[in-house]
Amino acid sequence: MTETRIDRRFAALKAEGRPALVTFMTAGDPDPATTLALLKALPAAGADVIELGMPFSDPMADGPAIQAAGLRALKGGQTMAKTLDLVRAFRKEDDATPIVLMGYYNPIYVRGSEAFVAEAKAAGVDGLIIVDLPPEADDELCIPALAAGLNFIRLATPTTDDKRLPTVLSNTSGFVYYVSINGITGSAAPDASRVAESVARIKRHTHLPVSVGFGVKSAEQAAAIGAHADGVVVGSAIVSAIAASLDEQGHATGKTVPAVVDLVTALSAGVRSARRPVAA
Amino acid sequence: MTAPTLPNSFATGPDDRGFFGIYGGRFVAETLMPLILELEAAYRAAKEDPAFQAELSALSNHYAGRPSKLYFAEGLTRHLGGARIFFKREDLNHTGSHKINNCLGQILLARRMGKTRIIAETGAGQHGVASATVSARFGFPCVVYMGATDVERQAPNVFRMKLLGATVNPVTAGNGTLKDAMNEALRDWVTNVEDTYYLIGTAAGPHPYPELVRDFQSVIGREARAQMLEQEGRLPDLVIAAVGGGSNAIGMFHPFLDDKDVAIIGVEAGGHGLAIDNGHAASMNGGRPGVLHGNRTYLLQDDDGQILEGHSVSAGLDYPGVGPEHSWLRDTGRVAYVPIVDDEALEAFQLCTRTEGIIPALESAHAIAEAMKRAPGMSKDDIILVNLSGRGDKDVHTVGKMLGMDI
Repeated sequence: MTETRIDRRFAALKAEGRPALVTFMTAGDPDPATTLALLKALPAAGADVIELGMPFSDPMADGPAIQAAGLRALKGGQTMAKTLDLVRAFRKEDDATPIVLMGYYNPIYVRGSEAFVAEAKAAGVDGLIIVDLPPEADDELCIPALAAGLNFIRLATPTTDDKRLPTVLSNTSGFVYYVSINGITGSAAPDASRVAESVARIKRHTHLPVSVGFGVKSAEQAAAIGAHADGVVVGSAIVSAIAASLDEQGHATGKTVPAVVDLVTALSAGVRSARRPVAA
Repeated sequence: MTAPTLPNSFATGPDDRGFFGIYGGRFVAETLMPLILELEAAYRAAKEDPAFQAELSALSNHYAGRPSKLYFAEGLTRHLGGARIFFKREDLNHTGSHKINNCLGQILLARRMGKTRIIAETGAGQHGVASATVSARFGFPCVVYMGATDVERQAPNVFRMKLLGATVNPVTAGNGTLKDAMNEALRDWVTNVEDTYYLIGTAAGPHPYPELVRDFQSVIGREARAQMLEQEGRLPDLVIAAVGGGSNAIGMFHPFLDDKDVAIIGVEAGGHGLAIDNGHAASMNGGRPGVLHGNRTYLLQDDDGQILEGHSVSAGLDYPGVGPEHSWLRDTGRVAYVPIVDDEALEAFQLCTRTEGIIPALESAHAIAEAMKRAPGMSKDDIILVNLSGRGDKDVHTVGKMLGMDI
């Protein structure tokens, strides 16, 4: 498949010799205007890749922070059409920062996979992470997505052993998302040395960049993980910063965008301090 | 459009990938995938192992009280004045419903797989009680996830579970009902994959659960079919069971699927009526196909693919999905699925209680309500077999409230 913004971004960062900061937030949390303002502010604050959550009523793999974000978005009337509108609006001003949509299959399935990937590609989406579509279900969405020129980013976990890794990696593109712990998003922070081992294990099976997430909350953790990975994913911490900035009715305030920008700036400094020797 | 080609047998599914037609499958996070493959292998081995089957059979007899009786409901038959109605008495099982059949099978599987901790979800609490029961019997710690709303509605069952040594975790996410409890159980499982066995209560979820739960529940239909032949010398004309997730129904239906002359009806919870937006739990009559909790099946959902909560007077039918094999049987036309509304179920609950001296579970009352509609129009020589899936003691407070009585 042709090179995507994700491929270009990871190649550029490899040349710079630093890992990517991958940020997650839920589209429409707590309203579309706030999400758009955040999207526009994130690249300057140091986000290299943006994951945008597609809210779903039953987020089975998510912890309390991201569950609550999805509910806030749905309560605010967020729909798939509005999520794609946000990407379209962002793309008018930024043609370089990769956008990855992350979520669950049903809201895509009801639209039809072929129609969805065409619409997403046209809106300026670069990749998809769909939590409840394992490689055994590749014909559902992965194959149509790849055909449409979207990256399909797969999660690998501690339970994905060496025997299963080739199956998981077979149609993966863009990057591999290594879920550093068995658990839901926002759980306990991973142990950096075990992460190093796991990333090395995955790299024996693929040339793709490996990003690590689940449980990364601080600049220090981002630096520690970033020393061993091609990317560091931060989600629950950002979503929690949004939650903490809202007023009692759950509406965005003047503090919402600055709170996220400050956090991402700090995380970005952490990731940049993780400088590691360029791989030989 | 051409009609789909009908299979030679309706009883051979699922295929190797866990599909019944387009329904079923394994739509789960990668963390769970290796576990589910391991579970499938363990189940295949257990199924072929005579020692496993012998132990399950012995427990079913001596612990659960099987075989359950096939009972001619003479009072109800006389009252309705048409086809003869028979009850398969799953209400007489230990713990008061069919749920024990599945729990005994799965607890033996958990032990065989070397797991040391049991988790389960429950709506009305029947499956939670059955899970806590087998966990007590086999010495496993057990955590039951139950929606906070249901914890309040079903206080006696919560106490039972606690007496049996289980931990009951109320789930406040979403609306605090069965689907939210299932989400939370899946989150627990993802976090504790190494030592934990997820004892799913209905014939839904990722493959192989729909198949193995069906297999453990099929004892209902196998017994009923043999008992019918022995007692009446013939098969029934019509088989009826209530469908929430659908485990009692698939267990009853499966052994009859290839009996061409036996009509089969699954009864969905019509709640306040199908015309009421989000006022029912009839996913096959008022929903459309989607993907939730690891399988593709008919779901109550909005146009954007967000899952709706649904409603039924019966907490056990209050689920926005249905087991995938039912979705397939619906599409092939082998089984007809019809709704019964809350008021009809309530009437059946009272009629059965008064004419038979049997207080049925509200779930089972939905099946009886359909028999009440059909029997008068059928010949006195015809036979209707109804799965009386559980006893109704747990429901007396709900019914009392609906009838405006103070208990």
